[in-house]
Amino acid sequence: MYVAVKGGEQAITRSLQLLAEARRGDLTVPELSLDQIREQLRLGVARVMQEGSLYDEELAALAMRQAAGDMLEAIFLLRAYRTTLPRFGYTQPLDTNAMRVRRRVSGTFKDVPGGQVLGPTYDYTQRLLEFESTAPTSPLQAEAPLPDTMPRVLDLLDAEALIERIDAGVDPEPIDLTREPLMFPADRATRLQNLARGDEGFLLGMAYSTQRGYAESHPFAGEIRMGEVDVVICPEELGFAIEIGSITLTECQMINQFHGGNGLPPQFTRGYGLCMGEGERKAMSMALVDRTLRCDELGEPAYAPAQNQEFVLSHSDSVEASGFVQHLKLPHYVDFQAELSLLRTLSKQHAQHLNAEETAAQETSS
Amino acid sequence: MTSNYNFAFLDENTKRMLRRALLKAVAIPGYQVPFGSREMPLPYGWGTGGIQLTAALLGPDDVLKVIDQGADDTTNAVNIRRFFARVAGVTTTERTTEASVIQTRHRIPETPLREDQILVFQVPEPEPLRTLEPREAETRTLHALADYGLMHVKLYEDIAQYGHIATSYDYPVLVDGRFLTSPSPIPKFDNPKLDHSPALMLFGAGREKRLYAIPPYTKVESLAFDDHPFEIQRWEHQCELCGSDESYLDEVVVDDRGSRMFVCSDTDYCRQRRAEQAA
Repeated sequence: MYVAVKGGEQAITRSLQLLAEARRGDLTVPELSLDQIREQLRLGVARVMQEGSLYDEELAALAMRQAAGDMLEAIFLLRAYRTTLPRFGYTQPLDTNAMRVRRRVSGTFKDVPGGQVLGPTYDYTQRLLEFESTAPTSPLQAEAPLPDTMPRVLDLLDAEALIERIDAGVDPEPIDLTREPLMFPADRATRLQNLARGDEGFLLGMAYSTQRGYAESHPFAGEIRMGEVDVVICPEELGFAIEIGSITLTECQMINQFHGGNGLPPQFTRGYGLCMGEGERKAMSMALVDRTLRCDELGEPAYAPAQNQEFVLSHSDSVEASGFVQHLKLPHYVDFQAELSLLRTLSKQHAQHLNAEETAAQETSS
Repeated sequence: MTSNYNFAFLDENTKRMLRRALLKAVAIPGYQVPFGSREMPLPYGWGTGGIQLTAALLGPDDVLKVIDQGADDTTNAVNIRRFFARVAGVTTTERTTEASVIQTRHRIPETPLREDQILVFQVPEPEPLRTLEPREAETRTLHALADYGLMHVKLYEDIAQYGHIATSYDYPVLVDGRFLTSPSPIPKFDNPKLDHSPALMLFGAGREKRLYAIPPYTKVESLAFDDHPFEIQRWEHQCELCGSDESYLDEVVVDDRGSRMFVCSDTDYCRQRRAEQAA
């Protein structure tokens, strides 16, 4: 009897019904509201916005609920929606110097102008499961408010000419990786764009590898800051800049030792990471990988995976990677059939070859 | 049809970008044109390149056929057909002869195509040299220099080791005597159909952000050596449903004792033949 895959259409419809049922779960349990997700799963929302390349907490929460908490699926949903949005214009560069800081730490100086500000962090929570429902707390108001702007820690070194100077004015106009294909070799602005959209787990592993001897990065966390930054656009028809809102950002500036090379004097060099929302792990990983990817520019020997820009940038995107890994689920009957007949030919040849060898061995021994 | 989206999902500017890239591809047969591949609502690796090309080609009067492994009723083919029925509202068909645009994965239909038809291939890896040279910057240079020694050496090593070329699908072709090209993972059985095809053949690789074309009536050679000419797969069986001994056969395991049956992979071709026999 011939029972190949028939009735795919009906099977898909039924599968979608099963999925909807599984996603909703027990109907006696109330459905999650988007506000609950936004307010109580904010770090998940931040990751989906960041890797989904779309700053919209409401949509990110919707994607998370629709994906039943599968973050990569939620990121994929947001990306696919993003494709359909028209492009009104481009913002002016965000000024993270003017960030309204809620957290700011430096691993390089005990104290810095503006102070070390822990803010809301999991760093010192002791990771004990809290079995009781979390009681509302009312944090004390600080005696003095934080300053409106805090100088960047790296600028202090810059004043002493110990760290490389970055002149933002000479940067070429960046390409938009969501509209243009990635081409190699990719410049730093393009690489940073790719890393910003890259999978946190992938970047974390890559960054970790640079600390364990696969590339020499010698990093220090110069400064990590998180807070709100104003978004400014300058519409052509207005001719002047207007503020359209503010977004939460996490920025990490790594300081890396550099002994000189490629005509450059010994100095500290920079690695940069930035992400939307609170995403410190991602921003730090990104900064480490950014720095190791600068190996060509700085004349460093490149031997490690994290220094190979084609390797890193071609495999960082979770939507690309997840799609291609999982496409193996699709039917491959035709190419598998081709491989089957090839393998049968090869194994027949192999057997004939063995037989011939045996016969030859018998002839010589007799 | 879902009216929340533009006709065929993509906005008109994106379609224009795609059409420009397609014109370039047709002008330089076999050359991989980089394009601003968009993130589609189907996963990468599941036909996003083909879907974008189809979206850029479709007009309201087009008739679309989608096949995967030669069959119209495999789940991913069904899903892509459903997608276009939903976002473009075009007529769809399972008949090769009725379609104006055919999107395919892994096969070329057995029924000969016509000049007024376009075949759109889904391509996972557009670079035929990728397994031999992983660096993109390097492979682009090799194409620019038409330096295909790597591939010839690979094929030669196959012959030295096995006595024949051990590539059974995604068998490399030279298009218009210039560009080494991946025909996508079609079995080499289908390679001869590429040569001087009356239908335009377009190839889309969404994840890799490349597209390329084989224009109608273009010379397409499957790589070979004078003393080791190109050969296609042959079966000792005929299709058990329609009796064809000319079509590509799928092997189906029918019981737990390892019994097999062989049937046409092209379901429309098989069905048409059976209909003719019944008539």
